[in-house]
Amino acid sequence: MTEHNDIDHVSGRSTTGHEWDGIRELNTPLPRWWILTFYATIIWAIGYWVVYPAWPLVHGYTTGILHYSSRATVDSELSDLEKLRGEKMAVLGAASLADIEKDPALLSLARARGRTVFADNCAPCHGSGGAGAKGFPNLNDDDWLWGGSLDQIMQTIQFGARSGNPNAHEGQMLAFGRDGMLKKDEIVTVANYVRSLSGLPTAPGFNAAAGAKIFSDNCVTCHGEGGKGNQEVGAPNLTDQIWLYGSDEATIEETITNGRAGVMPTWSGRLDPITIKALTVYVHSLGGGK
Amino acid sequence: MTIGEAGLSSIFVVLSFLCLMGAAMALDSAFAFHASLGAAASLAAAFAIINRYYDRPAELPPQEINGRPNYNFGPIKLATVLAVFWGIAGFSVGLLIASQLAWPSLNFDLPWTTFGRLRPLHTSAVIFAFGGNVLIATSFYVVQKTSRVRLAGDLAPWFIVLGYNFFIVIAGTGYLLGVTQSKEYAEPEWYADLWLTIVWVTYLLVFLMTLIKRKEPHIYVANWFYLAFIITIAVLHLGNNPAIPISLVSSKSYVVWGGVQDAMFEWWYGHNAVGFFLTAGFLAIMYYFIPKRAERPVYSYRLSIIHFWALIFLYIWAGPHHLHYTALPDWAQTLGMTFSIMLWMPSWGGMINGLMTLSGAWDKLRTDPVLRMLVVSVAFYGMATFEGPMMAVKVVNSLSHYTDWTIGHVHSGALGWVGFVSFGALYCLVPWLWERKGLYSLRLVSWHFWIATIGIVLYISAMWVSGILQGLMWRSYTSLGFLEYSFIESVEAMHPFYIIRAAGGALYLIGALIMAYNLWMTVNAGEAEETQDASLLQPAE
Repeated sequence: MTEHNDIDHVSGRSTTGHEWDGIRELNTPLPRWWILTFYATIIWAIGYWVVYPAWPLVHGYTTGILHYSSRATVDSELSDLEKLRGEKMAVLGAASLADIEKDPALLSLARARGRTVFADNCAPCHGSGGAGAKGFPNLNDDDWLWGGSLDQIMQTIQFGARSGNPNAHEGQMLAFGRDGMLKKDEIVTVANYVRSLSGLPTAPGFNAAAGAKIFSDNCVTCHGEGGKGNQEVGAPNLTDQIWLYGSDEATIEETITNGRAGVMPTWSGRLDPITIKALTVYVHSLGGGK
Repeated sequence: MTIGEAGLSSIFVVLSFLCLMGAAMALDSAFAFHASLGAAASLAAAFAIINRYYDRPAELPPQEINGRPNYNFGPIKLATVLAVFWGIAGFSVGLLIASQLAWPSLNFDLPWTTFGRLRPLHTSAVIFAFGGNVLIATSFYVVQKTSRVRLAGDLAPWFIVLGYNFFIVIAGTGYLLGVTQSKEYAEPEWYADLWLTIVWVTYLLVFLMTLIKRKEPHIYVANWFYLAFIITIAVLHLGNNPAIPISLVSSKSYVVWGGVQDAMFEWWYGHNAVGFFLTAGFLAIMYYFIPKRAERPVYSYRLSIIHFWALIFLYIWAGPHHLHYTALPDWAQTLGMTFSIMLWMPSWGGMINGLMTLSGAWDKLRTDPVLRMLVVSVAFYGMATFEGPMMAVKVVNSLSHYTDWTIGHVHSGALGWVGFVSFGALYCLVPWLWERKGLYSLRLVSWHFWIATIGIVLYISAMWVSGILQGLMWRSYTSLGFLEYSFIESVEAMHPFYIIRAAGGALYLIGALIMAYNLWMTVNAGEAEETQDASLLQPAE
């Protein structure tokens, strides 16, 4: 280490005279723009402290000359939003579902509201376009488990199905195989019979008469004569080629063996009544509303 | 046998016994697993110390040979190798979770490979395992070279490297098993935290003792930064992690802080882990390796003093900017934001000193891809430390917060600054430590540089676009006063950017694999350095 101040010949500047493992340091002064910008940020910060809440005190804090409060700001922004939505939503709340359907302005308002609510709450199961998935009904077609009128849709949204809510839709597909009501070969036969109801091909050697017998002994109570379904108990129409879980023989056998009891949650209390009304109108308008 | 050898091996035997008891009495299988690892590691440590005692010469390695310092490179070599290993592991997990965001089925429906467990594995592997080993390796190298003394301690440096990496193993396996205290960047549970405290205090002591016995009258600037990093990380770790375990044989604990105070502690810790681990520590690397590689004096001594103290003083206040528009009181948000703005120039002081040190040596950027990597890292540092204060401004934050913009910002700092300055340092360090004439291939460094740079550009530009898009979608209202977009629509809109981001990450990983190959070949096939004084090159351990 050398203590005399060398001159660095490239920059023409002197060094500090120290050297560490061959590294020296130049005596370059602070860049003027750097120090001025640094001071400017400090002055700006002090100005900000004068204007806004900034420093804690023993009790409370310096509130700043604006007396700004983020809570008050949120409150006022929310109340502005309420004002903007309020009147229109009040009209929506006062109108009946039938009135909304007749009034194009109300209808488009309800659908606009319903669209975002649907995407945030319903899309995870029913898909963002309402096309459904295995076990989650397609809302675009005109096949309805619990009914497709405005009132029926609203009932379903409010209380759900098998949701635990006392007003929820009840009724489930029994586990005929697991609970020993039907034997394996009977399940295969009736599964083929169910396929034949909607014109799907059946397995070779399928005994149609035996299938019809098992069907009428076990299934007609809910699915009705001819398998047309019953919306009172949410029993699907088996003749329309629309399948909640799938139409292949293995899936139908699985359904008959273990039963099905999909859950639609209850939305009453999670969404306000006007929002549910808007959502009802939106779902009804997806394509299958009756 | 020295007191250290006898004492430490006895402690490890006792510790091994305690761990076995812990494993036997454990309330949960994760704790039993970790206690078993602890027992095995303690036993191995005791065995290694005793074995080393019988193998070594009667005298401990001398402090000096022929009047020149007898540097201790053994622990540094190990930390260097581990840094490369953890880097590649961490980048790989990063690529996997980036791909999971684009294609969720890649979580394989297994609890161990879900995003929630792999994400802390990625962050800890790259920050603490890769970054931490780079910091330990370079700090031990730089403090010896710039103090012209052998590293303090005999067993202590080995204990630090091995103990720190044992902490990494406990933390990482814990995440996979679902052990976490759910504090971001401080996920390891109470027993891992206690172990890290012991390792870290030892680290501080070794570093300080080496500085105290230095042969240079002044402490070099890089060592100020290393010291600030080591001390502050100790303080942050102790402040953020106090917890009460539900039992001494359980992996579950509850942090003593609650509610908004816990949030404030968390981000005081989290932001300063960025400030002191990922900034101060890596600025220390910059202050040694750039002037060394460029063979030029540091641009300004005065700037280094002013920006050091300004950085240290201001950084510690900036944490609340992570909690804008939350339950945190307005005054604390104001302080976080204003101190972040004031932090801009102190950060840029480091950038200026790094870049301007090149004056008179700019031509070397054409011929030396290692120097290019180091210099580009400083440029990324400058970019990230402009973007950071800007994002700390409340109105900007109201758009950027909770979006991918934050992820992009972090990665421009992490991939561009921390990653590149580490790669540059590793490219310098490996030939020096293993006494090679130079790297196996500078062309491969060039390939690494360009592939990784393209990766970074893809990554951060994808996250800028997707982050700003997200922020705008979340805040847009229709004329009727309803939200324009649902959350799921904003998720769908992210898909292409997530693919681009994963592609960027893949390129970055490929670059690191090229580096690993190049360093491996340097050590195993590189030309040995010719030297007049062979005695200087004796292995130091």
